[in-house]
Amino acid sequence: MRRILLLALAAALPCLAMAADRPAYTGAPVPEVQPAAPIAKETTDDKRRSRNYPDQPPVIPHAIRDYQLDLNANKCLTCHGRENTEASQAPMISITHFQDREGQTLGAVSPRRYFCTQCHVPQSDARPRIDNLFQDVDRTIRNAQPTEQRK
Amino acid sequence: MTVLATPLRWLRAGWTTFKRPSAHLGIGFLTLGGFLAGVIWWGGFNTALEATNREAFCIGCHEMRENVYAELQSTIHFTNRSGVRATCPDCHVPHNWTDKIARKMQASKEVWGKIFGTIDTPEKFAAHRLTLASNEWARMKANNSLECRNCHSVESMDITKQGARAAAAHQTFLFTGQNTCIDCHKGIAHRLPDMKDVPAWNKPPQSAARPDGAGAAAPH
Repeated sequence: MRRILLLALAAALPCLAMAADRPAYTGAPVPEVQPAAPIAKETTDDKRRSRNYPDQPPVIPHAIRDYQLDLNANKCLTCHGRENTEASQAPMISITHFQDREGQTLGAVSPRRYFCTQCHVPQSDARPRIDNLFQDVDRTIRNAQPTEQRK
Repeated sequence: MTVLATPLRWLRAGWTTFKRPSAHLGIGFLTLGGFLAGVIWWGGFNTALEATNREAFCIGCHEMRENVYAELQSTIHFTNRSGVRATCPDCHVPHNWTDKIARKMQASKEVWGKIFGTIDTPEKFAAHRLTLASNEWARMKANNSLECRNCHSVESMDITKQGARAAAAHQTFLFTGQNTCIDCHKGIAHRLPDMKDVPAWNKPPQSAARPDGAGAAAPH
């Protein structure tokens, strides 16, 4: 009996050690139930955001709740499709979206680019759990230069 | 002539009974009794009418419960921040009494469809979805989106509280009467059918009316 207890204790020790090594997200002990943080507010101000790098898919600055995006209908294209931008004044989908995987330009959006939310996503005011240290290319180049050359 | 002889005899007998004064019942009894019977009949009729005008009645059939009702549940007309919910008849049955009776009479065809299982599988429902949706779009287009406007009125719409896009679209197309709600807001409570051949889906009239057919829906 004592041996079993000792074995159990030995097995439990590494677990106790790991508890100190818990994830840094909440800082709380793992088994504790934490109250959920309030849901972040959607960004719906219709203002275009600059891209962090040239081929970043532009983010969506408006609500897309219940927008149907399937074989039957593509709600996004009713404003962003080529023939609809005059009435909607929305940015047209990029010409790259008309190309198939062989680089052939088609007459309409290519099937592989049909599902907008694969790349384009709405935003919210949620704070990142861990600060993002990403810098765009201009800043990276500037920082790489010797101090006296910087403007 | 011989075919009509018997019904004609019945009619004549009925008319004789109808116009003969009552021999045993007093006029007070007949008047009051008739009035009371009328109240009971009218009350019963409207109670039955209202019973068929509840969500529970609509989703009593699996065709509605498992297709359109299931789809409704993720949309803003089912759950939202203010806790107001639109049930089936709010949008699909006119609220005005005469229009409601007319719609109920039309609905007898839907009973036919139920009996013969026109849409009793998901595949059959999908095959009929465009027809079913088109019926509703046509109805709402014809009555200037009356069922939308039972709750959403132009007078109480504060466009300064709307997003810039919505405010612009409402000012340009709704307030001018150029478009009605359903012209742009299709598929807001249920999934859309194949929109490939639906002309002018979500298009303002000037582009929809172009003779080159440029009003066609999203490319596929």
